[in-house]
This record gives sequence, structure tokens and C-alpha cells, in this order.
Amino acid sequence: MPEGLTPEELNFEVLEFEAEDLRFEYERVAALQELTLRVRAGERIALLGANGSGKSTLLRLMDALHFSCKGALRFRGAALTEAAMEDDAFALKFRRRVGLVFQNPDIQLFNPTVFDEVAFGPLQLSWPREEILERVHATLQWIGVEHLKDRAPYRLSGGEKKRVAIASVIVLDPDVLLLDEPTGALDPRSQSQVIELLESWNNGQKTIITATHQLEILSEISERAVVLAHGAVLADATPDEVLANTELLEAANLIHSHRHLHIGVPHKHISPYLHHEHHKHVAAQR
Amino acid sequence: MSAGVIAKTVRGFTSALGQTLVLENSAHGRGLLQALDPRVKLMGLLALVVAAALSRKLAVMAALFGLGVVLAVASHLSLWSLAKRVWLVAFGFTFMVAAPALFLTPGQPVYTLPLGSLAITAQGVRSASLLIARVEAAVTLSTLLVLTTPWMHLLKALRTMLVPVEVIALLAMTHRYVVLLTENATAMFESRQSRIVGRLSGSEQRRVMVNTGGVLMSKTLELGNEVFLSMQARGFRGEVRVLTDFRLRGWDYLAISGFAVAAVSAMLAGR
Repeated sequence: MPEGLTPEELNFEVLEFEAEDLRFEYERVAALQELTLRVRAGERIALLGANGSGKSTLLRLMDALHFSCKGALRFRGAALTEAAMEDDAFALKFRRRVGLVFQNPDIQLFNPTVFDEVAFGPLQLSWPREEILERVHATLQWIGVEHLKDRAPYRLSGGEKKRVAIASVIVLDPDVLLLDEPTGALDPRSQSQVIELLESWNNGQKTIITATHQLEILSEISERAVVLAHGAVLADATPDEVLANTELLEAANLIHSHRHLHIGVPHKHISPYLHHEHHKHVAAQR
Repeated sequence: MSAGVIAKTVRGFTSALGQTLVLENSAHGRGLLQALDPRVKLMGLLALVVAAALSRKLAVMAALFGLGVVLAVASHLSLWSLAKRVWLVAFGFTFMVAAPALFLTPGQPVYTLPLGSLAITAQGVRSASLLIARVEAAVTLSTLLVLTTPWMHLLKALRTMLVPVEVIALLAMTHRYVVLLTENATAMFESRQSRIVGRLSGSEQRRVMVNTGGVLMSKTLELGNEVFLSMQARGFRGEVRVLTDFRLRGWDYLAISGFAVAAVSAMLAGR
């Protein structure tokens, strides 16, 4: 490579993750089956799928918490294996660069106070004390939870817990952020707060991979949608292409037919997501 | 099982959750023990516990218990709460264990039961009193350590005493695990309570308790595993790290001397 030029400037494809024929089983039940996927640096990807489609499992493999029983998963060219993660130097570098926000914030918040929670990651990575204090305060302030810093995390509301869980990972300023259902079980206001938070953090520089089954947030959180079903990739396209393909969405169990009455007339919707669109013509006919 | 019993169980779990918060608050309070370096506190209080365990004299154990009470007051801990949650519970359990010794220890009878020939002996009373006093003193001193030290600081202090990383990792998880267990149990009993109408028979009550216990255990094990994964995800590798640097100050050296004098005196006097 010529000196002084980055791979981006040379128009090389910088790969964050590379999964090849990945297979993972929970007690002999396949959660991922021969899954192949490439994630480029700076991409915002949605892993779209119904419950049990393998989204969370894939995120855990990407965060090197589980390891595949077949195939290979590489992060920036380095294989993510148990042996690799046993090497302290590699593990610390990896944890510094990749962060995972769990679906259930209750399992992620285990420290006695919100401040301790956010400081936990930097402490594990042996950051200098002054830097930790500065970064934790800045992150809490930015995420709007500084007034909660002395509260016990498990005493917070659902939306607050989620924001603290995100803060506890974002404080490390990882290059890759993995999010498992970040807006699941949140009220609409908390949902938009979380999405705005992620948008303002990303600033186009970070790789964000979000597992979700919420079609309504797809366009906001991603530029690329990977549809999963039964542990395999069913489609890989732009959010608009995916949302326009009702057959694909039905095959992935992301939408379903919905029959009800409109002004006394039986009416069938293809999906709750498209509900609003279908109602426009009903309103116009009145 | 009546709905009332389940409601009582739910209240119990909710109160336990609240208690966890109280523990953290007392650990961050401004008192004598809270001001000490966790390592000094750990070693000092453990030395006193060892002295209580080795002592054979009631007066020495009473003195150690008294010292525990003084330290609790100086650390702004509620004596009423200690009595209710620690002393009474410890007394109840130890008495159950010690009760047979009242009758089985050979010696001079001081009271014969009206029915039969069972007699409480003076030696039996002494043995039981020694056991109860030893447990009360040891439990009080250990509780002071837990109540006045933030959990992570306590773990770091244990690590400085060369407790293996594996044990520390296990203890680190325990704190969150207990809260999760209580939260799960509360949710499960609340859902059970919302579906019970009328009274359940004895066998139904037993079945409900066994089923709930089993499901709760497996759910909590799974959640415990998840907690560990979430700790690993943020770089936890068994070593405890906290923001506070442990540094011995003049006050700590004074405390070390005080603990050492008290422990050695108790050991010598208690022989």
C-alpha cells in the first residue's frame, strides 16, 4: 500500500466483520445455519428477523461471547475464536473496539449506581482514573442521565435503563456498536430518544449493527437491511427494498395478514406495519 | 395456598429488594468504619471474628459483641435494624442447633422437664450460651464489614489478600444475581397471585411451591449466565477494578493498631 494513504482513500473495502458458513447450535438445535455476511466499516446495518431467527445469537458471536461450531467469523481479519479471546492483549483491543448493548437492560446493569455502571467498562480496560471520570461525566451528560448518576440502575424506568445501558457501552467509544432490540418494549417517546441518541453518536463514522423486528424504525436506523430467518440470510438489501417486498416480509414472519371490519365491511390487511397506508384509501372512500 | 400467603411472599421479596438499596446506602454513609480503608476493615474485623471463634469465655465474646455494637453506632447503623435482621435471626438458628446440648451435655441438672426425665444441665447451658454468643459476635462483626463497605471495594480488598480471581468473579456476580433472583421471584409470585381465586388445598400449595421454586431456579441460572456474559462484553476478566485507589492514611494505621490490640487481647483472655 502506498505510504500515507488509508484503505478508504484507496477505495479498498474495509471489512469489520466477515462471517463464512457460520453455524451455531444451542444444545444441538441450530440457531445459525451456514450464514455468510460481510460488514464494511461505517455501515449502519439492521439485522431484521422474527423471534428466534438468530439475530441475537449472531450479535453474541460478533461480540465473541459465543463461538461458532462451524465456519469462521473474523473481525478486521482476525479470527474470533476462544483461543484468540484468551489472549489478554487481543481481548482488550477487541473489547475496546466492539461494544454490545443487550436486549434486556436488567442483565447489563449490575453495578450499585449509574455512575459505577458507566465507569465499569473503562475500568476493565485500565484507563487512567482522570480520563475515566471525565468520560463518564461527559457521557452521562450527553445521554441526559447525569441527574441519575447516584441512583441504583435497577430502580430506573425502562427508558432510563435502556439509555444507561447504551451509555455504559458508548462511553468506550467503540468503532462497532452492536445493539440488540434497542427500542424493544419502550414507549414511543423513549424509542425516539434512543434513535436520536444513536444518530447523534454515529455521525457517519461508526459501524452500527442493530438487531430488530420493528419495521417502523428500519429506515431510521439503517442503510442496509439483512433479513434473517431460521438462522440464515434470507435477503440483503436497502431498507426501502425490504419494506416494499411484502412476500419477503411474510416469509420472514415480519408481517401477517390481519382481517377486521371497516364501516361494517370485512377488510384484510397484509400487515400491521402497512396498516396506516391501507387506511388512507378507506378514509378517502368515506 | 391462599392469595394472602402469596401476597405476603411478594411483600417479603419487595422488602428484600429495598433492603439491598439500604445496604448500598449504608456502605456509602459517613461513619467510623466507612471512613476506613477497606483492606484495614477486612483484616481488622476478620481478626476479631477469629478471636470470637477461638474464645472459650463468655465474657470475652460479650466484650467482642459489645465492641461490634459500639462500632455499629459509630458507623451510623441502625441498631433496631441489626437486632431485627441479624441478631434475632442468628439467635433463632443457633438456638435450634444448640438446644439439644442443653439436655445432652452431662452435668449437674438445673431444671428437669415436668414430663419425663429430661433435664437441662448447667454444663449444657454453658455450652449452648457459648455457641450462641460466639455466633452472635462473629455474625455482628461480619455484618459490619458488609454494611459499611461498597461491594466492589470489598471484592478488591479480598483480591489484595490473594483470594483467587475465580472466587472474586463468582462473588462479583452474586450481588447482581441476588437482585435478579428477588426480582424474578417477585414477578412470578405476583403473576401467581393475580390468577388465584379462593383457597388451594395442602397438596396444591405444595405443588405450586415446588413448581415455582424449580422454574425460578432455572430462570435465575439462565439470567445469571447472561449477567456474566454482559460483564465479559465490557472487558471483565475476573480482576476487580474500582475507581477509588486504596491508600492508607493516619487514621487507618490507628485503626490497624486498635483492631490488633483488641483481637490479640481477646485471644489471650479467651483461652
